[in-house]
Amino acid sequence: MPERFPTARVDLEDLTVSQGAPVLLRRALAKLAAGELLEVCGDSPDLSEELGAWCRKEGHRYLGEAARKNVYRIECGAGPAPTMASGRQPSEVADPRWGLAPRGARIEAGAPEFAFTLRRKREVWARELDSIHKQAAANQWSATRDIPWESLPKLPAELEVAVCQMMTFLTENEFAALYVPARFIPRIHPHYREVVEVLAVQVADEARHAEAFTRRAEAGGCGLGTSAVSSQLSLQTLLEEPDFTTATFLLCVMGEGTFLTLLKFLEDHAPESVTATLANLARRDEARHVAFGMEHLRYVLEREPERRASLAAAVERRSRMLASISGLSPYVYDALTVLAGGGILPRQIRDGARRVAALHRNMDRSRRERLQSLRFDAEEARALSAYHTKNFM
Amino acid sequence: MLVGAVAYDPKVVTIWEGFKSYFEKRGAPIDYILYSNYDAQVEANLKGEIDVAWNSPLAWVKSQLMSHGHCRAIAMRDTDRDLTTKILTRKDSNITRLTDLKGGKIATGASDSPQATLIPLSMLADAGVIPGEDCRVVYHEVMVGKHGDHVGGERDAARALAAGNADAACVLDANYTVFINEGTLDPGTTRVLASTPPFDHCNFTVRDDLPEERFQRFVELLLQMSFQDSEVRTLMELEGLKRWLPARTDGYVQLERAVERFKFYA
Repeated sequence: MPERFPTARVDLEDLTVSQGAPVLLRRALAKLAAGELLEVCGDSPDLSEELGAWCRKEGHRYLGEAARKNVYRIECGAGPAPTMASGRQPSEVADPRWGLAPRGARIEAGAPEFAFTLRRKREVWARELDSIHKQAAANQWSATRDIPWESLPKLPAELEVAVCQMMTFLTENEFAALYVPARFIPRIHPHYREVVEVLAVQVADEARHAEAFTRRAEAGGCGLGTSAVSSQLSLQTLLEEPDFTTATFLLCVMGEGTFLTLLKFLEDHAPESVTATLANLARRDEARHVAFGMEHLRYVLEREPERRASLAAAVERRSRMLASISGLSPYVYDALTVLAGGGILPRQIRDGARRVAALHRNMDRSRRERLQSLRFDAEEARALSAYHTKNFM
Repeated sequence: MLVGAVAYDPKVVTIWEGFKSYFEKRGAPIDYILYSNYDAQVEANLKGEIDVAWNSPLAWVKSQLMSHGHCRAIAMRDTDRDLTTKILTRKDSNITRLTDLKGGKIATGASDSPQATLIPLSMLADAGVIPGEDCRVVYHEVMVGKHGDHVGGERDAARALAAGNADAACVLDANYTVFINEGTLDPGTTRVLASTPPFDHCNFTVRDDLPEERFQRFVELLLQMSFQDSEVRTLMELEGLKRWLPARTDGYVQLERAVERFKFYA
């Protein structure tokens, strides 16, 4: 048999396998074709003990020590498995075999498939994701650091109770707004990482809101108020929506959109600066969530205009489900009225009730504006806004 | 084709479900039965309850003993060939030859582990140090009945050496590197006292009265299985091989000798 000559040579000096020799061996073997020989020089006494096992594991053939001392030979095996690439730009469809690999990476074929059910761009994408995420990252606030807790005054009991009732209502709504995107995140293929990032910050925002509102209720000494069945029923229908676009429409466009008006109202009528600051900071966050919802809906509706009908049907369906419910929880209505009037004297109540009625009209107007900006016609927008839950979210 | 395998880890189900679908897609359906230990699998194979057994080397030796040589090995992994076991000692110990272990303690894997117990102890006996008489054997009994398939026994032996509870430890060559890399053994604190000659590990075993056409297609498809094929890549990673090879049986001599010497199946 003719003598075979090595194609390449690597000098390990005194490196052993557990000291990193495989780094140099792999680099050298990567350049060889299957069957070609690598000559390995190395003076560590442990090397000859280790090379055989290493080659077996890596799929190469160890040919043992060559004629010279401290020189060994390896026959290159089949080589690395083929890889695929997912491309740097978001694809229309994400391959389940890409798994958790970052977009643009080379991916070894044969990895396990992940059950990401949202793996079409049009199911999850939105324009402006980058700028929404940047704003979100730049505007994170802390419920401990950024709220003037030390300035909280002792309020008249009726006002403190009204604030606490509102904090109770807001907190349960924040939980709904946390769980809805959180439920969808593990279903979204990581190829669309920008969407996952925006939703992850949204979840963190809502967790912070829930924390801050609960703290406000406890800080005044009166504690949390009452959670109404009607509010919970309304929120349950939101949590049960299985379709991402429909859930985003109901939560971000209709619900959080309505909340923008509510939070502005609370800021304007807050009896002290802690509540006003909380409402202001929460509204800034909610505005980004609304922006994501609007951009996602625009993206979907530009491609599937016929989905407007199914979105409208979802709002109506929710409305029929909630038809037997009397409307806004009396606890919330009373609290809003007392806060807006500044007290419980009959004239204060009259003023408060008038302002709450105006709040409802403002909410309706901005919902219709948002719907029309999504190209629902004026009549559809009016009907859908009217169908929207009386519990705001 | 009914294949027997030992469930030494939950991943065995993943592997065999995957292989099952690989064979089915190629028109040669198989099914599998999992056993909790090799003795039960060997018995089932010899009784004809399964067609082929995915056997540890010790299960192969037992099959041959019980059938008086009427078994046949038909395939094995590339990684089943030419393994060696290292007998390690601490770098700073005075032990330089196997005979220095007289009066000492040697840490091994499970008592039925070919690689971490039977083969190295037999080598020790060849060197004139009779285990149990001339030196104490400290077994690390992890999953007895599974023939050392679980690496835990070897890891415990390595730990015993590192902790000073034994003068030497027996570990498979590939695991020696693993134990250093994972931190079980600190780099530079141990050295190889002796290395066994190369031996072979698992194989697919059939009874020699099983007609060739019963398993021919199974073996053909095994040998065709490619690490480059994404369909089976994960399974091959889990099973620890790059390709299947035809079986050979001359790599079991050391184990046969150890079984006889220690009257393991007497």
